[in-house]
Amino acid sequence: MSKKLAIIATKGTLDWAYPPLILASTAAALDYEVQVFCTFYGLQLLRKDVSGLKVSPLGNPGMPMKMPFGPKWFKDINWNIPNIVQANIPGYESLATTLMKMTIKNCGVATIADLRELCIEAEVKFVACQMTVELFGFDHSQFIDNIDFVGAASFLEFAGDSDICLYI
Amino acid sequence: MNFDKELDARGLNCPLPILRTKKGLAELTSGQVLKVIATDPGSVKDMQAFAKQTGNELVSSAEASGEFTFFMKKK
Repeated sequence: MSKKLAIIATKGTLDWAYPPLILASTAAALDYEVQVFCTFYGLQLLRKDVSGLKVSPLGNPGMPMKMPFGPKWFKDINWNIPNIVQANIPGYESLATTLMKMTIKNCGVATIADLRELCIEAEVKFVACQMTVELFGFDHSQFIDNIDFVGAASFLEFAGDSDICLYI
Repeated sequence: MNFDKELDARGLNCPLPILRTKKGLAELTSGQVLKVIATDPGSVKDMQAFAKQTGNELVSSAEASGEFTFFMKKK
């Protein structure tokens, strides 16, 4: 019998969309049965269009701010921009997201849309938390097809038999 | 070494080399060999882990000038 991986995906930013999808797709390739329970901001991973996911360097001291273009010495500079400046520049998140997407491409890292597609192809089961769908005023039609809208008990039924259970 | 199919995973980063390897193996029959070329340094340990967990055999693993070449025999 195959191993089971249960993931609770709670984050809705471009950067945090990666860990659940990387682990889910890889586990599926290792013949795990995988279920990803998307709740709160994690619901963003199930939106039909994930191109709107953004990354925010604001209040994130762990995030190196480096440019994805130019000579090596330029790329190596870490632009340590104070929060108060970041917060006051309109479109700062959009700019950071554009740069991040360039870096992702340069590094040969898959896009979120591609990774999710690979997960679906590999039969990773995505489930959405119905309570947070209502809480945030989403409609089922905004999400990808073939997902179930469930509650905590349904997730726990799968997670209770899992070999690995992760909260991301 | 003889192989039945070649997979170019150069320039791809985790987890793509593993996912492509899985797909590549799916097109082979038992006993056939998949050659994989990758540049992701993490793929060295990952290919070992993939083989161990899926039962496919990592026949060889070598590095030359920043490129890693793997031969994976389908179980």
